[in-house]
Amino acid sequence: MSKSIEAAKEAIKKNCNPIKISDDFNQLQIFISANQILDVVDFIKNDEACEFRQITDIAGVDFPERTKRFDVIYHFLSFKHNIRLRIKITVSETETISSITSIFPAANWFEREAFDMYGIQFKDHPDLRRILTDYGFEGYPLRKDFPLSGNVEIRYDEIDKKIIHEPVNLQQDFRSFDIQSPWERTNYLKEDKKNNE
Amino acid sequence: MAMNTDIQETSPELEKLKELYADKGFVVTSINNLINWARTGSLHWMTFGLACCAVEMMHVGTPRYDVERFGAAPRASPRHADVLIVAGTLTNKMASALRKAYDQMPEPRYVISMGSCANGGGYYHYSYSVVRGCDRIIPVDVYVPGCPPTAEGLLYGLLQLQKKIRREGNIKR
Repeated sequence: MSKSIEAAKEAIKKNCNPIKISDDFNQLQIFISANQILDVVDFIKNDEACEFRQITDIAGVDFPERTKRFDVIYHFLSFKHNIRLRIKITVSETETISSITSIFPAANWFEREAFDMYGIQFKDHPDLRRILTDYGFEGYPLRKDFPLSGNVEIRYDEIDKKIIHEPVNLQQDFRSFDIQSPWERTNYLKEDKKNNE
Repeated sequence: MAMNTDIQETSPELEKLKELYADKGFVVTSINNLINWARTGSLHWMTFGLACCAVEMMHVGTPRYDVERFGAAPRASPRHADVLIVAGTLTNKMASALRKAYDQMPEPRYVISMGSCANGGGYYHYSYSVVRGCDRIIPVDVYVPGCPPTAEGLLYGLLQLQKKIRREGNIKR
């Protein structure tokens, strides 16, 4: 393992009070609670051992079976030490999480995207609108309980001379021909393990 | 005397035409044929590149395929265009923009739907955000299949459109 990862890990451990910290596969990863985010991000941006000056991405993950169903995942890059950092936060549907746009302005659109796709609320975001989906779109498409084909479809109405929204009416239902796709079930690994034991 | 746009150097019709023109200094044709000849020979296309199909559409404009030899030049504005090529995945959010572009085109206007996505949603048919065929938004004249279609495929589609126009009657009887 490289020295810089070790140094950053020690600095974060000492100052940020993370729930968990790991560097498996040389990937620095920390778990923190939602109220820590501003302090931690501010620290990793400015601390000498870290200097994570670029935000690469903010992602969301949905685990509908958990009470705190969403993971919010931040990726940072440090040019100076040539290392990357992943921060994971777990939030529930009703919880809010502080926006980090005051520290990383580039996080603005990433947070909008996470809001658009999952409905994760970011507190103090300057402009928390939908970013990718259609104007007036309803629902959060990357949530596991969102129907594959959505709720509405559009067509141009010759009488009204405008594009109208109608409930989805598929001519043929979606058919999956995959029998053994590992992508189908999220808990297949657990089942495999159980079968082996 | 019908004018024929098919390129045949030794066409007997063309020879006859040449003789007539050399002899009298003018040629007589039906107005219908003249209009069709003009329309098929200047199909200026509006680029509506939405995805990977747009790259194949660009190839059609390059010297290798050279769609301009059929009189079709790319136009950036729908107000200059005769034919709209929908090249790529049409999303719900883009649909109103497509309709607006189409509405601005002067008559007579034609539409080529290029690729599986524009034809019927294609790979994204069951998506929540994709229009299942651009013919839900605008009327389509020619469907070019493929994912993406080759540049030759699109060129063939354009020639099919010319054929369709040639069959059209321009004068209301």
